[in-house]
Amino acid sequence: MPDVVVVGAGIVGAACAYYAARAGLDVVVLDRGPVAGGTTGAGEGNVLVSDKEPGPELDLALLSNRLWRELADSGPDGPGPGPAGGGFEFEAKGGLVVAETPPVMEALADLAVKQGVEHAVVEPGRLRDYEPHLAEGLAGGVFYPQDAQVQPMLAAARLIRRGGESFGRGALMLRTGVTVTGFVRDGDRVTGVRTDQGDILAGAVVNAAGTWGGEVAALAGVRVPVLPRRGAILVTEPLERPLIRHKVYTAAYVTAVASDSEGLESSAVVEGTPAGPVLIGASRERVGFDRAVPASVLGRLAAQAVALFPVLAGYKAIRAYCGFRPYCPDHLPVIGEDPRAPGLYHACGHEGAGIGLAPATGHLIAQALTGTRPDLELTPFRPDRFGEETP
Amino acid sequence: MTPDYDLAVVGGGPAGVAGALTASLAGLGVVLLDSAARLGGQYFRRPADGFRAGRPGALHHGLDRFARQCDRLAARADVLTGHRVWSVEREGSALAVRCAEGDREERPRTITARGVLVATGAYDRPLPFPGWDLPGVITAGGAQALLKGDLVVAGSRVVVAGTGPFLLPVAAGLAAAGAHVLGAYEAGGRLGLAAHPFLAAGRAAEALGYGLRLARHRVPYRGRRAVVEAHGDDRLTHVTIARLDRDWRPVSTRTVECDTLACGYGFIPRIDLLVQLGCAVRDDHGDPAVVVDAGMRTGVPGVYAAGETTGVGGALLAEVEGRIAGRAAAADLGRRVPPDPVLSRRRDRMAAFARALRQAYPVRPGWQGWLREDTLVCRCEEVPLSAVREALELGAADARSVKLLTRAGMGWCQGRMCGYTVACLTRDALPVTRRAIAEPVRLGDLAAWPRPADDPASPDDGPASPEGRSR
Repeated sequence: MPDVVVVGAGIVGAACAYYAARAGLDVVVLDRGPVAGGTTGAGEGNVLVSDKEPGPELDLALLSNRLWRELADSGPDGPGPGPAGGGFEFEAKGGLVVAETPPVMEALADLAVKQGVEHAVVEPGRLRDYEPHLAEGLAGGVFYPQDAQVQPMLAAARLIRRGGESFGRGALMLRTGVTVTGFVRDGDRVTGVRTDQGDILAGAVVNAAGTWGGEVAALAGVRVPVLPRRGAILVTEPLERPLIRHKVYTAAYVTAVASDSEGLESSAVVEGTPAGPVLIGASRERVGFDRAVPASVLGRLAAQAVALFPVLAGYKAIRAYCGFRPYCPDHLPVIGEDPRAPGLYHACGHEGAGIGLAPATGHLIAQALTGTRPDLELTPFRPDRFGEETP
Repeated sequence: MTPDYDLAVVGGGPAGVAGALTASLAGLGVVLLDSAARLGGQYFRRPADGFRAGRPGALHHGLDRFARQCDRLAARADVLTGHRVWSVEREGSALAVRCAEGDREERPRTITARGVLVATGAYDRPLPFPGWDLPGVITAGGAQALLKGDLVVAGSRVVVAGTGPFLLPVAAGLAAAGAHVLGAYEAGGRLGLAAHPFLAAGRAAEALGYGLRLARHRVPYRGRRAVVEAHGDDRLTHVTIARLDRDWRPVSTRTVECDTLACGYGFIPRIDLLVQLGCAVRDDHGDPAVVVDAGMRTGVPGVYAAGETTGVGGALLAEVEGRIAGRAAAADLGRRVPPDPVLSRRRDRMAAFARALRQAYPVRPGWQGWLREDTLVCRCEEVPLSAVREALELGAADARSVKLLTRAGMGWCQGRMCGYTVACLTRDALPVTRRAIAEPVRLGDLAAWPRPADDPASPDDGPASPEGRSR
């Protein structure tokens, strides 16, 4: 019998499993699909501190940023940036947030001070020292050296693999193609999962089902309101030479992340990748699980990217993909044990920041599982903070 | 807003031209779009006018008839060549067809229509083997395209290999055009079709014709043989030909010197636009094909499919399907179209023949044994077999997760070359890839299209407009 069953083999489930195994627990990871097949496989791999308002999410992001660096440095391929980076292309490339107008620039600079994160305010005339191909006439920007990028699918797969290899192959097992259908209970207490391939008893269960975390919670009779928000990403042809060095985005991204709007919102997020293509985000729409991204959304992403980097106009988009970011009404993730169902821990609802926040989430869950005092206060992430009414 | 046309037809091969002509004869306002400079698709691919080919018809069956159809069509419909369609989607009551017009100097263009007939044909299915990425190795369809479209004979010493009846016209065409064709190697049983003699009867004359032409040029046609490795330093110098067992496992090998290998294992329907539109897809002997009713209607209102998109069946079937689709589109828009049961019966008969052919030439799993760990599976992203195996080890369990972990299928061809291979290696079911962008399109063109005035991201009034700032 394993100590922990982790439901979901995305990046958050992988991190929970990795840190739980590192803490000495026996872990089984289940996924109804393959590894990293959900939202993890449909993002950009953002590891950002720059886009977080001061508060619990920024604290989580800073802890996570430090842990990502540790993971990259301790990888089998050795430390360092570049394609090897921990075996999952960790790249500490830094993020450049640009402002279109002076008032926005002022707000950006204020935010940076409040965040208390390592940063440099960039005068309009110096923007091209950072990004030579940026458009004319921007009002300035803020550079965040801690912002980084990983290849999220590789990161999830390798964390699970590395956990198994480092802490004993029996200690961390991945089982794909297994669907959780319910929970085994002993009174209120969760003592395992029911699956389409039989029951698995365990000391604890971690719900890391991402966008589907609300459904898994419902199987245990508890309400955790996680809803899908569709994000689309446009991918260019591979560029022969890197045109864009950092993660570059407009200030509008910060407001869109925290927005409650139902309709389409988008802001330019542009970055190169080690493999050559440029990734262009980010749109956010609440349209349920509809995978058909309208061409107009792609047009808007392209327009915003070209406005930021006019040179991109001549390059071709060769594909687009979308994913469903799991968001909670207050835009904070759910992390910790559920008092309504002891033995059930949640680690879901990270919206568009799940890649960046995964290691800290896994680390905190492992601390909770082993009864260690958590490095961060978990109260803001309580699973029962939403009440029982439907939103 | 009134749509520009009643019917937009995408694809100017036999199915598209027949469909467009039939619909326009029935009174619809029709536009036909094709990416090439001349109508014809793959089957009726023709040299540009400037080539002054002596007897272009020598390479085609029925080219004269097709050319007459094109002439009649041009007289009563808009024919837009050089238009690459990258997206079709519903916009209110109309369907919006988005394309890039022109060659080097592309312009974005959107055409709206009440209905759309998608007749985008099929593309080659290659199978990988060591050395298949060497210069000199081309697809069977590619060799045929060079010959028909550019009057170029792909090489001087040529080996043709693969499976299916298409190998015969490729080998015969190359031999007739002056290449020394060293052999045509059919991985399946050479007499596969003889197992269905009553079905073969209808087309026996055609097969016999190719057979005679191969014999005249002394081209050996061998069954249960395949090229399992291509050799050469910087280009192809020789190939290993293996005798195969029933499952395509090599039994014995020999090498043959050649400068060109034309290789093809059938065709995969090109259904990107139909998948974008949400049309249902069925498993057609391991390949995706769009589900249609007796009138070639997909389940999506106003959307029709004809030709290879509904299952690979060749040019004759494609033309019949195009005519049926054109009639259905006209009838659905209120034109008087008398029923034509003969046409429907012809389609049923020919579709049954096509099914039998495909059953007679299946791809057998033994080809996976031809690969080595360093054999490239995905050429665009240079992903070797070992990387795919590693991804499976890491927990990838389907073609999509293998792609995400290895980049196989993420490059220029977007998995059109390697998608089948990766699906086989992962034992995945039918891979149906949703491609929001069916053809590469410039970001500047994507960005430029008209949007509602209240859209804050409109390039005319957007705060981030570079023009706005430099003023």
